[in-house]
Amino acid sequence: MPIITIMAKLNLKINGQVKEVDVDPSTPVLWVLRDHLNLVGTKYGCGIAQCGACTVHLDGTATRSCMLSVSMVGNSEITTIEGLSENGDHPVQKAWMDVDVPQCGYCQAGQIMTAAALLDKNPNPNDEEIEMAMNGNICRCGTYLRIKKAVKIASENS
Amino acid sequence: MNQIDKHIGRRAFIRNTGLASGGLIIGFSWLNSCKPKSISAEQALEMPKEWFEINAYLKIGDNGVATIYCPNPEFGQGVMTAMPMIVAEELDITWKDVLVEQAPFNTELYERQFTGGSQGIRRSWKGLRMAGATAKQMLKQAAAAAWQVPVSEISVSDGVLSHEASGKTAGFGEMAAAASNMEVPEKVETKAVKDFKIISHSKKNVEGKQIVTGEPMFGLDYQYEGTLIAMVAHPPAFGLKLKSFDDSEVRNMPGIVDVFQINTYDDNFVRNFFDTNAFPDLVAIVGKTTWEVMNAKKKLKAEWEPISEKKLTIDRFGSISEITVPSGLESTNKHNELMEKMASQPGEIARKDGDPESAFKNAAKVLERSYSCPFLAHNCMEPMNFFAHVTDEGIKLAGPSQAPSIIESTLASRLDVPAEKIEIEMTRMGGGFGRRAYGHYAIEAALISKQAKAPIKLVYSREDDMTFGIYRPSYQATYRAALDENNNLIAFHVKSGGVPESPLFANRFPAGAVDNYLAEQWVINSNITIGAFRAPRSNFTAGVEQAFLDEVAEAAGKDPIDFRLELLKRVKENPVGEENDYEPDRIAGVLKLVKEKSNWGQTPPGVHRGVSAYFCHNSYAAHVVDVVMDGDQPRVEKVTCAIDCGIVINPDAASLMAEGAIVDGIGNAMYGNMSFTDGKPDHSNFDTYKMIRQNEAPKKIEVHFVQNEIDPTGLGEPPFPPVFGALANALYKATGRRFTKQPFSTDKPPLVG
Repeated sequence: MPIITIMAKLNLKINGQVKEVDVDPSTPVLWVLRDHLNLVGTKYGCGIAQCGACTVHLDGTATRSCMLSVSMVGNSEITTIEGLSENGDHPVQKAWMDVDVPQCGYCQAGQIMTAAALLDKNPNPNDEEIEMAMNGNICRCGTYLRIKKAVKIASENS
Repeated sequence: MNQIDKHIGRRAFIRNTGLASGGLIIGFSWLNSCKPKSISAEQALEMPKEWFEINAYLKIGDNGVATIYCPNPEFGQGVMTAMPMIVAEELDITWKDVLVEQAPFNTELYERQFTGGSQGIRRSWKGLRMAGATAKQMLKQAAAAAWQVPVSEISVSDGVLSHEASGKTAGFGEMAAAASNMEVPEKVETKAVKDFKIISHSKKNVEGKQIVTGEPMFGLDYQYEGTLIAMVAHPPAFGLKLKSFDDSEVRNMPGIVDVFQINTYDDNFVRNFFDTNAFPDLVAIVGKTTWEVMNAKKKLKAEWEPISEKKLTIDRFGSISEITVPSGLESTNKHNELMEKMASQPGEIARKDGDPESAFKNAAKVLERSYSCPFLAHNCMEPMNFFAHVTDEGIKLAGPSQAPSIIESTLASRLDVPAEKIEIEMTRMGGGFGRRAYGHYAIEAALISKQAKAPIKLVYSREDDMTFGIYRPSYQATYRAALDENNNLIAFHVKSGGVPESPLFANRFPAGAVDNYLAEQWVINSNITIGAFRAPRSNFTAGVEQAFLDEVAEAAGKDPIDFRLELLKRVKENPVGEENDYEPDRIAGVLKLVKEKSNWGQTPPGVHRGVSAYFCHNSYAAHVVDVVMDGDQPRVEKVTCAIDCGIVINPDAASLMAEGAIVDGIGNAMYGNMSFTDGKPDHSNFDTYKMIRQNEAPKKIEVHFVQNEIDPTGLGEPPFPPVFGALANALYKATGRRFTKQPFSTDKPPLVG
């Protein structure tokens, strides 16, 4: 039995631009970014919103893109790691480089996006608030202490 | 002053290797779509108009900028920065003038492009120094010829050649062209440790900017025109194999291009040591996008059937052996029963000193304790994946691998193509921890590309990754110690084994420190595949041995550090046996350093402390773990760590590595657990496979290195294993309980909910 697919043309606001995609509307934003828009900074880690590697901003809120169907985005603004700053100079990115946070680096885009959204809402988080916000992002290499340190430095510098 | 003979990495120093033009080994220019970018520490270097290749490790531009190639694949251990630092040191160039590139995979040029065993720096140290030093010598020869002065009168500093008597100076760029035509010197001088300007001076990760801006670096990010996405379906349980499949529903799904069976290798195929694979028969689904293929895979109907017992031939780097893979559907409960049974029987004796039987019989006090740990999944954040394009002209592969040479050799044999026709591009790896030494997924990718007649990227889902096998084995160990009436340790007995590998190191401490010593081992066969997992075997043995020694010290009424130091003194002065494979002074060294740095003996109120020290992978590490109780929940407040790995190349990055090892150790000791029911892994994703998270990491970690001039040994693994022991010992102080079954969080009664 042939399966009928409904493809949909959608206009997405991504990193300050409008992008048209023609996809199955159930496709998660993660795979639209990676496979259709060539924005591969957002990472696939688990596909069930447990690891945070796929974190993007949806209207400024840290959101797991692996379980967010593209049809749900509507007019909301998506920001990915590629769009966080013009030249990689967002205070969180700078702090990440100052502290030399990454080991393998795979989870770090997600960590950075979560941290940037936290600081946007709470510019001076305490240790507990940082832990609460960052707890959904797994770092298998165990760079958690440097992540926390970098969030604090970014907080001081932003 | 050292002299290094050029037999080390000889082939790497032959000029005109063709690297300067982009590092392609064979004529695949049409595939050169994703050449790695040069990156610099400073990010803003002006590019030279022309490059001059000096050797396989470096080229110098006409403006004095150098590109240094990192031969080894990077998975977060920091070689992309550390290896070029070593070359740059001996070249005597300013670090800001250095660009770094991942070298091509090329066994003709580079000796050991393998990430594993904490051996990258240790095994490349001399070769990397020679690469820099010979290049410097050739630049000096060029300057001497140009200025008509003896080469011995030329000096070099920070990329500038000088001749003091004539007052002549020239930058490396000015002499690069002439240097590239100089004879490669037979012998070169390398720097004295005290003269290091780059080595032992912290440098930032050269790929830091790319990582924080989300640039494509990883295998999963690899792009090539016309690439299709492939996924594979494997049996749901160990002990099963593919019987048949029905793809009728799948074939018509959107974006699906092809569905077919592949056989990675059959049972008669002589496997390399890293060709471990429980599931060689797979269904491959090829389609246009990842999401479409993922959806199609869910609709695939497959039937599985039990495997029969089989024998496989393994070629372990030239030594051929046969292993038996049993049939059956295994469960953790059954494993545990079998392990207890094996532990109650005599094992195979691996070492015996003195007369342990009599010593135990006549002892004033005998202690005995058994320990166990479960299987662990590596859970690299980047799931297994590989790009492959197989054509009649050759094979192009790209992706995350710790051991590209194994992939090359296995694929050459499997597809019957000469190795020269296989090109492998090493991408940055999103973690490895041993898992990516096992390259079945690259072979699968090649087989799928061949059949689909298209470039494909094989992508494992997290579930595929976690349930495919190649786990850290489940181990068990029983320790016994005998004390005389003066609380001297007079006998020591370890009997350990596992499914399907023994974790025993018969000749490690405290072997050599006790007159009467017995080490035994046993193995239970299994069809669940295992593989190297950060510090294989040590990752269990260190923890339990160090937990047991803590108990023995307590029974002897001694401070746990003093107790160990006394035993080490005995080894130093009057060792038992000749096979002891550690240096007692260096274990004592890290213990003394951690004692000093942790203010051992002055435990702050409310803090409970445990200590451990261990030797593995040629290096030494000791930890003091501080646990505090938060109600009835223990929390690691601080870890103080001391390491002796010889000369530290990049100190801040080395600290980061140790920090990560400590967090990893606490995470796996507390939570790591892969169990099985009827052959099926009980966990397939992070919803139930618990990984350590931000709020469970220690609040503080201090890392201290023993300062010495010993050639670098290894760092990725050594700080990991002893964490388990120091944590268990701290938990004992905090709770009064000896935690013996990993993961500690569920050791009955449960420690945390």
